[in-house]
Amino acid sequence: MAEVLVLVDHVDGEIKKNTYEMLTAARRLGEPSAVVVGTPGTAAKLAEGLAAHGAEKVYVAESDDAVNYLSTPQVDALATLVERVSPPAVLVPAGADGREVAGRLAVRTNSGWLNDLVEVDGQREGTHSIFGGAFTVQSRATTDTAVISWRSGSIEIEEQAGAGTQETVEVPAIDEAKSGKVSNRQPIVGGDRPELTEANVVVAGGRGVGSAENFDVVETLADSLHAAVGASRAAVDSGYYPNQFQVGQTGKTVSPQLYIALGISGAIQHRAGMQTSKTIVAVNKDPEAPIFEIADFGVVGDLFSISPQLTEEVKKRSS
Amino acid sequence: MNIVVLIKQVPDTWSERTLSDADKTLDRASSDAVLDEINERAVEEALKIKESGDAEVTVLTVGPDRATDAIRKALSMGADKAVHVNDEAIHGSDAVTTAKILAKAIGTVDDVQLVLAGNEATDGRSGAMAGMLGEVLGWPSLTHANELTVENGTASIKRETDEGTCDVTASLPAVVSVGEKINEPRYPSFKGIMAAKKKPVNALGIADLGLSADEVGLAGSLVQVDSFAPRPPKSGGQKVEDEGDGGAKIAEFLVGQKLI
Repeated sequence: MAEVLVLVDHVDGEIKKNTYEMLTAARRLGEPSAVVVGTPGTAAKLAEGLAAHGAEKVYVAESDDAVNYLSTPQVDALATLVERVSPPAVLVPAGADGREVAGRLAVRTNSGWLNDLVEVDGQREGTHSIFGGAFTVQSRATTDTAVISWRSGSIEIEEQAGAGTQETVEVPAIDEAKSGKVSNRQPIVGGDRPELTEANVVVAGGRGVGSAENFDVVETLADSLHAAVGASRAAVDSGYYPNQFQVGQTGKTVSPQLYIALGISGAIQHRAGMQTSKTIVAVNKDPEAPIFEIADFGVVGDLFSISPQLTEEVKKRSS
Repeated sequence: MNIVVLIKQVPDTWSERTLSDADKTLDRASSDAVLDEINERAVEEALKIKESGDAEVTVLTVGPDRATDAIRKALSMGADKAVHVNDEAIHGSDAVTTAKILAKAIGTVDDVQLVLAGNEATDGRSGAMAGMLGEVLGWPSLTHANELTVENGTASIKRETDEGTCDVTASLPAVVSVGEKINEPRYPSFKGIMAAKKKPVNALGIADLGLSADEVGLAGSLVQVDSFAPRPPKSGGQKVEDEGDGGAKIAEFLVGQKLI
């Protein structure tokens, strides 16, 4: 069976959930091979998790330079492997860094790039969800290899044992004249909450929350549900919550199992970032708020009494 | 120093966006078109470099006739001239093909040291064109900049994405993409608007770029779109008035859905 390459998304020696989704998707297309690009010793920490999710091979592209250049180490490693194994597909995460790797790899290997897929079938037919979920589009690459960037949270992860055989990949030295050199790298510290785009549950607040202090109400409910916290553009622009938590057209696109919107009117730009959520719950004072048009369950009322009550109910059931 | 700024006209995100039934591409005619906001920041950054030293700023766009509106806006902000690649054959090009077209068009401007672009357009949202263009040109790409310094043949940025921040440096020539926080773009002055009318716009077809029709557009693309469908409209579900038990009602609903 053909090898399908999956670029492992990892931070601080931990595999990100999206990697397991990609390994699950890769199994439909062939035999998954995980590709680890990192500093020496990285693959050893990740190998067990990768094998448990179906990686037959783990390609190890380790060097100190792996963290010293922008996207080039990943592109170089994947391009080397594409040439060697001619995979039907290469899967990378669809975050900012992953898309850069995907786009560059597609140019370098002259392959079709299917961006931001939420589904793929055994015939390499990919499904995109565009304009904030207003359309689904089916497309395929006409080249031997398809480069796929995969949207986190799109499919259920399936565990399956794989051999996880490690193999070192020799990657050519970085060409300095063609690469951006990285220093002073600082990952965003998200705290104890799950990452917004990876979370199963998102609790988001809007203008109706009224102030930065009042966001406590949103955070408390989120923590009771082990949820990520999001915010509408109105809330971010008003300084209630930091920019990186913005959901919508100019922020993040999320697609969790459950999205709870507190004091969010539901402008089209906000809906573009969350309307593919499986279940949507909305609380708003205004019975005419457009968010109710897409909410599976809506309550017209004051979020400052409803949200704490819900938090209590959730805590009662989880204890 | 010669700087090229990539600009793009996009459907206004406030208007209804749709796809064309005939060839499954973005229906650009059916919605209001505007210069993508992030491009204005790229133009602004180029103008700041021009004002602090000596630079000529060329804006480059690939698009249909009405993309001239976006060009005029950039010229009225203060860019010196424009290249407009306008050819029906380009319609439907995928991202890889677009990167190749842009690279050829940049080649028509003398001695380019810096290419500036927005980090992500609001329509296609691939968010990788700067990196792809760098790959075609064989230049380094410095992406998602919220601060840019160009001196002594080097570009340095402060990069910010959802994943974190870092500093990136590379030698020129280079491609830089800018993020939302890099600056506040200026409004065109009346004088600028008048001056823009006289600035040169070099209109090019693909033949001028040494490309043939089968290398671009739907024919030259490495991806084919098979079908599309509007998402079935999500109808609102239950809506209740809070009578002091709103939170409990939600909890009941979530239990019913097996979500808690």
